[in-house]
Amino acid sequence: MSGATLLKESGPREVFCGLTSIVWLHRRMPDAFFLVVGSRTCAHLIQSAAGVMIFAEPRFGTAILEERDLAGLADAHDELNRVVKNLLARRPEIKTLFLVGSCPSEVIKIDLSRVAENLNIELKGQVTVLNYSGSGIETTFTQGEDGALKALIPLMPKSNQKKLLLVGTLANAVEDRLISIFNRLGIDNVESFPPRQSTELPSIGPDTKVLLTQPYLTDTARELKNKGAEIIEAPFPLGVTGSTLWIQAAANSFGIEKILVDSILNPLISRAKQALLPHVEKLSGKKLFLLPESQLEIPLARFLSNECGMKIVEIGTPYLNRDLMKAEIDLLPPDCRIVEGQHVEKQLDRVRDSSPDLVVCGMGLANPLEAEGISTKWSIEMVFSPIHGIDQASDLAELFSRPLRRHDILNPKTLTSN
Amino acid sequence: MELTLWTYEGPPHIGAMRIATSMKKLHYVLHAPQGDTYADLLFTMIERRGSRPPVTYTTFQARDLGGDTAELVKGHIKEAVDRFNPEALLVGESCTAELIQDQPGSLAKGMGFDIPIVSLELPAYSKKENWGGSETFYQIVRNLLKDHSGESKETWQEEKRRPRVNLLGPTLLGFRCRDDILEIQKLLGQHGIDVNVVAPLGASPADIMRMPDADVNVCLYPEIAESTCIWLERNLNIPFTKTVPLGVGATQDFLRELHEVLGMEIPKSVNESNNSKLTWYSNSVDSNYLTGKRVFIFGDGTHALAAARIANEELGFKVVGLGTYSREMARKVRPAAKALGLEALITNDYLEVEEAIKETSPELVLGTQMERHSAKRLGIPCAVISTPMHVQDVPARYSPQMGWEGANVIFDDWVHPLMMGLEEHLIGMFKHDFEFVDGHQSHLGHLGGKGNQNVNQEVKTKISSDATTSNADPIWTHEGERELSKIPFFVRGKVRRNTENYARQAGCREINEETLYDAKAHYKA
Repeated sequence: MSGATLLKESGPREVFCGLTSIVWLHRRMPDAFFLVVGSRTCAHLIQSAAGVMIFAEPRFGTAILEERDLAGLADAHDELNRVVKNLLARRPEIKTLFLVGSCPSEVIKIDLSRVAENLNIELKGQVTVLNYSGSGIETTFTQGEDGALKALIPLMPKSNQKKLLLVGTLANAVEDRLISIFNRLGIDNVESFPPRQSTELPSIGPDTKVLLTQPYLTDTARELKNKGAEIIEAPFPLGVTGSTLWIQAAANSFGIEKILVDSILNPLISRAKQALLPHVEKLSGKKLFLLPESQLEIPLARFLSNECGMKIVEIGTPYLNRDLMKAEIDLLPPDCRIVEGQHVEKQLDRVRDSSPDLVVCGMGLANPLEAEGISTKWSIEMVFSPIHGIDQASDLAELFSRPLRRHDILNPKTLTSN
Repeated sequence: MELTLWTYEGPPHIGAMRIATSMKKLHYVLHAPQGDTYADLLFTMIERRGSRPPVTYTTFQARDLGGDTAELVKGHIKEAVDRFNPEALLVGESCTAELIQDQPGSLAKGMGFDIPIVSLELPAYSKKENWGGSETFYQIVRNLLKDHSGESKETWQEEKRRPRVNLLGPTLLGFRCRDDILEIQKLLGQHGIDVNVVAPLGASPADIMRMPDADVNVCLYPEIAESTCIWLERNLNIPFTKTVPLGVGATQDFLRELHEVLGMEIPKSVNESNNSKLTWYSNSVDSNYLTGKRVFIFGDGTHALAAARIANEELGFKVVGLGTYSREMARKVRPAAKALGLEALITNDYLEVEEAIKETSPELVLGTQMERHSAKRLGIPCAVISTPMHVQDVPARYSPQMGWEGANVIFDDWVHPLMMGLEEHLIGMFKHDFEFVDGHQSHLGHLGGKGNQNVNQEVKTKISSDATTSNADPIWTHEGERELSKIPFFVRGKVRRNTENYARQAGCREINEETLYDAKAHYKA
């Protein structure tokens, strides 16, 4: 690995738990429903993270554990059976039901896989019931998606077709765009996981080549490998360089001529670099501090330093998967400080000491930092916004240049004194 | 096990956080796993607060469970006390920590700090946010004042000073508490009454210690402060007021009650109702259109009760639904609903509330953030009167609900979503003109009748096609439908249902123009 300094820290954290992934997963697969088996806190958490801003009836809910459920475990299984049947009667359009484990359901050891198994027998294939854990004692924020995808893998049909499988939730428009680029390169058989309908799972086999679109899919990648698929090693498709290397890695793996790849990508690259210019002007030389949250911190830091000229003070990450991140870390500037885990108070002390121009952080910390005069960007926006791919590089940069521009508009004095 | 999509209240430790964050020089150590820190965003985003809640989370993980989580808790407590140096420490646990039974409160008490330590036991699997807030405030007050002698002190008359009161119950994430307390302080100032302590909002533990200096406690938000007021009355002989000054009538009653408890002469001005513009605005000719507007009310107990009184007595609305999600307040809400000829809706299922709104087809919904969504879907105007709320319900401007100015704000907030006076009359008079197309709405630009009309359109075709296959349901004729379409959109749903019920009772297979008028006469009679 490059000269990055890898440190570990532990203490109080300020990171969402895996349950929060539901907020984008339920939009990706509209025929699926996510039922958290947990406490009132879990229900309140998802509601708060979703900002109570979803106008349609949500495709997620919580089976709230009550005192009598804690008393006897057998009862909890019966109760969950009852709740699921009520839910399915009310929402007959549900095709896949995820039972999502939480901290309390894990501590009292409700066996969700058994409940799911029993329900699958009873429901005779009308609805597929799966389970995974999004608990905060086991998972952080984006790991919830890893769990959900891993739960779907056993249902994927077998195939001996040669294909490219894009793994990880993307915005639909970005996904369409990436697929069309692969098609132009001559890779015709491109599928996505998760699919847009939970029932239309892609098939998998020894000739499936997997390209990860998101860096937090550790377990999913391992399971796909166990199914015989080949994981293509590449940096993640953020920024011009990351996206180019990512596409090239796939093209290499499919034996596509370099000359063809270059002829298709070069115009995109020069156009994207042109579009980046105004943002580079704004971001160049500015200090960036990334607090841990989405697992996108390392690829983001790589893009913002290498392509936008920002100075990286510290990269926080909830956990570090050295295998998946190797290609990314190799591209980082030397002496980058990567801190795995968190002690939120000490980390905020370091933020204040280094007086960065921009901090990437969770939603709970943004306004307090703004009040201290530090511009911020919500981590969660990165998992909702279409930021992947060469064509999106300037949109991605704009997410970071906008807070700085706004700061300048509202504080013109600071502008002149700089 | 209870199935929830949206929930009105968070867990009880969120209530405790509301108290801790409202107060100063207090710190809360919360034994909780990673993820429970989401609670910070309630304060920093809904209220746009510029500082983090004074809460240290222990953030235990699965791998800690095998080891010694008690040591982890003690480490965090020590670190929090060293770093934040609070005047008092709250120690409690969230739902998951409750299951592993580390008893962080006892651990903290054994650590030899010389500050008061308030240990919170908030059963997460049976109680909710407001209960947690109330219990936390009560435990803080009780712990800090337990050694107070409670001997009877001299009255304000004997001490020859102005009377003074405590204002109890305002918290962060409460509905407009910040502005309410300013308004009430102003109101009391006008009557020569001083404010001793406002708590929990803005109070430090030292302020709590000064609470016994007051002659009377003013219980502004019973959900949070009532149990504390009862304890202070029993143990320190401080009486408290029961009327919540929301609306003109209640503000008058509140002043009368407070003067009486303090042994003061009631000034004439209390009985003059022109202290608020609500009374005159409501009497003005432009408000004539408000007569009998049908409103549906749902919220926390205090705000729902107040809304029912204001709607009924001060705005001339007809209350067609009244309910609350606070089970603790059900005992007060039930008789209030009964007095209006209704059965109170006590539930924490927002879908049940949405059903009830649909059923009563009101012209205005007064509710929470959940009802705002339901009303939007149904195309009915809505004003938010209670928590849970959205960032837009925390306005930058001064916007109290209590006292005279609060009544003014309420008039505006509730009336503006409706079509306004002359506007509505003109639309009624010229409804056949092409300019006043069906579903026309005021300048406020909410969905209004437009969406509703579309919904009706779909329902209509559905009903018509269903009707051919079913013997039970009467069929609408073309004339019947045409006549129905002339009825204002906001009552059309109700008229449709009533007419169909009437037709079924009367054994009509078809609903034509005449059936509609027969039904109208039947229900008017």
